[in-house]
Amino acid sequence: MSNLKLVSFAALVLLLAGCSQNTLPDPDPTDTTYGADDSMTGTSGMDGTDPFGGEEFGDDLTAGELGMVIYFEFDSSEIRAEDQDLVARHAMQLGNSPGARVRLEGHADERGSREYNIGLGERRAQAVRRILMIQGIPSDQISTVSFGEERPVAFGSSESDYAQNRRVEFKYTN
Amino acid sequence: MRKLIVWLVLLTPAFASAQVLDIEVTGIAQPTPVAIVPFGWEGSGQAAPMNISTVITADLRRSGRFDPVSEERMLQKPTDGEDVDFQDWGFVGVEAVVVGKVIQTADNQFTLQFQLFDVVGRRQLLGYRMPRVTRAMMRGAAHRAADMIYEKLTGIQGVFSTQVAYVTAKQQGDGLLYSLVVADHDGFNQHTIMESTDPIMSPAWSPDSRQLAYVSFEGDRSSIWVQTLRTGNRFRVSSKPGINGAPSFSPDGRQLVITLGGVDGNPDIFVLDINARTTTRLTTHRAIDTEGSWSPDGRHIYFTSDRSGGPQIYRVPVTGGTPERVTFEGSYNARPRLSPDGKKLAVVHNDRGNFRIAVMDLERKDLLVLSRGRQDESPSFAPNSDSLIYATRQGRDGVLETVSADGLIRQKMAARAGGDVREPVWSPFPRF
Repeated sequence: MSNLKLVSFAALVLLLAGCSQNTLPDPDPTDTTYGADDSMTGTSGMDGTDPFGGEEFGDDLTAGELGMVIYFEFDSSEIRAEDQDLVARHAMQLGNSPGARVRLEGHADERGSREYNIGLGERRAQAVRRILMIQGIPSDQISTVSFGEERPVAFGSSESDYAQNRRVEFKYTN
Repeated sequence: MRKLIVWLVLLTPAFASAQVLDIEVTGIAQPTPVAIVPFGWEGSGQAAPMNISTVITADLRRSGRFDPVSEERMLQKPTDGEDVDFQDWGFVGVEAVVVGKVIQTADNQFTLQFQLFDVVGRRQLLGYRMPRVTRAMMRGAAHRAADMIYEKLTGIQGVFSTQVAYVTAKQQGDGLLYSLVVADHDGFNQHTIMESTDPIMSPAWSPDSRQLAYVSFEGDRSSIWVQTLRTGNRFRVSSKPGINGAPSFSPDGRQLVITLGGVDGNPDIFVLDINARTTTRLTTHRAIDTEGSWSPDGRHIYFTSDRSGGPQIYRVPVTGGTPERVTFEGSYNARPRLSPDGKKLAVVHNDRGNFRIAVMDLERKDLLVLSRGRQDESPSFAPNSDSLIYATRQGRDGVLETVSADGLIRQKMAARAGGDVREPVWSPFPRF
């Protein structure tokens, strides 16, 4: 992935984070100046609460369980669009707890030569490491290891087995 | 977290199990009919400590170049050369006949003697006597006899006394148990020399066959070890940050070519002096450079690099310099291994979507695909350069196959119970 893409990705993350603050729009002020609905203003005025009060939901980067694995296309170390939020959340988590350490474990599918696959697994782990570092995580919070094709999670030889094995796992230590 | 690591030396009972199953001879190769007459026995007890002729017969049959006749077809069973009737053996239709016997000379000392005859030329080709064989050495003596017979008949040095090292992985609890195993070339005498719940990879023989280098992930990080087979002593020669991988010994045994990745994870080729523990960098490219392998003359390192996009084989002088691309055929060539005679290069080659073993003639530059699987890997030449061993898939498990360098003779080693067998490496010739 080029640096240019990384920057625009970071900008996108910030934009999304900004949008999520305003999932429900503020009430339009013109609604209240047109006055005269007693039933409405009365109930809201009595206990002093905002009738449109509520809570945020939706595209919140801190909500839900944090995924610990991302997957890759064949012979690729590019982070897929759907995994970019997840990497950003790991960056956020690492940024919030400077004592935390993450080990990025890169893996490959079984096709081809074993030591070359060690190289491919490392390339995937490094792709994730670079994004974390671009988002401000110091290098001493991140380590990488590649297991190549040596630690598969799926043991068959179908494309879906291969897809499950081409991955980077986030392993936290404190 | 530290995980349990055990390494055992010479603890597995000898002759654990025979491993070789079907031998398939394809193409025009026609095996030569020969007769290995049951060996005589002069000593106490009913029979010799080992059936020598069975071992020799199995070795010659396994080579794919010979078709030993069954005992029932033999018109005579002499044990001395002077009793061989060439006319009878001509009727049987064999071109060569081997006779011999085992003579007990002390409680645990035996003489093994044998003679090889040319039936057509009616003459002795070879006569040899081994006077100091013990019970424990008996099987090795039979392999040695087979080597001598094979060389006399084919002109090619036999490999029946060699060994193969390989890695197995089998399910244990939630994970895998990895073992580094050394066995005789025929699958007998298996010894597990290292076991770990973390991956073991990339075994490599020292030129004197006494040590194995390998990669271990104990402690969840890669490191390179050298282990002496006889004693089980092992020492860690490289554990730098990032990748420590792909060891291969120099022809003089003093250095290893290795792959180091560093913190930033860019794998490059280095030469490691085993005693001094100093490393010299050979490549600096941002691509994956790995799987270095010495040329037999010690002058070049062949390696895999994807600097052109996909993986291809390059070579660089051991003294340093600009790498030169070696393979051009196909989109994927990796894991280079040179034949000990320096004439051929074996690679893992992507053959229309299948990963197969191919051999390139370094002079003619043509590439010959030798295997037929979907996911074949880890080619390793026999020390006589005449055949290769590699791993292939049988169902979900990896099994070992050998193939002659001309592709005509292929044989499969039997699948082992409950284990995936991978990364076979053929030992050098033993030094007697």
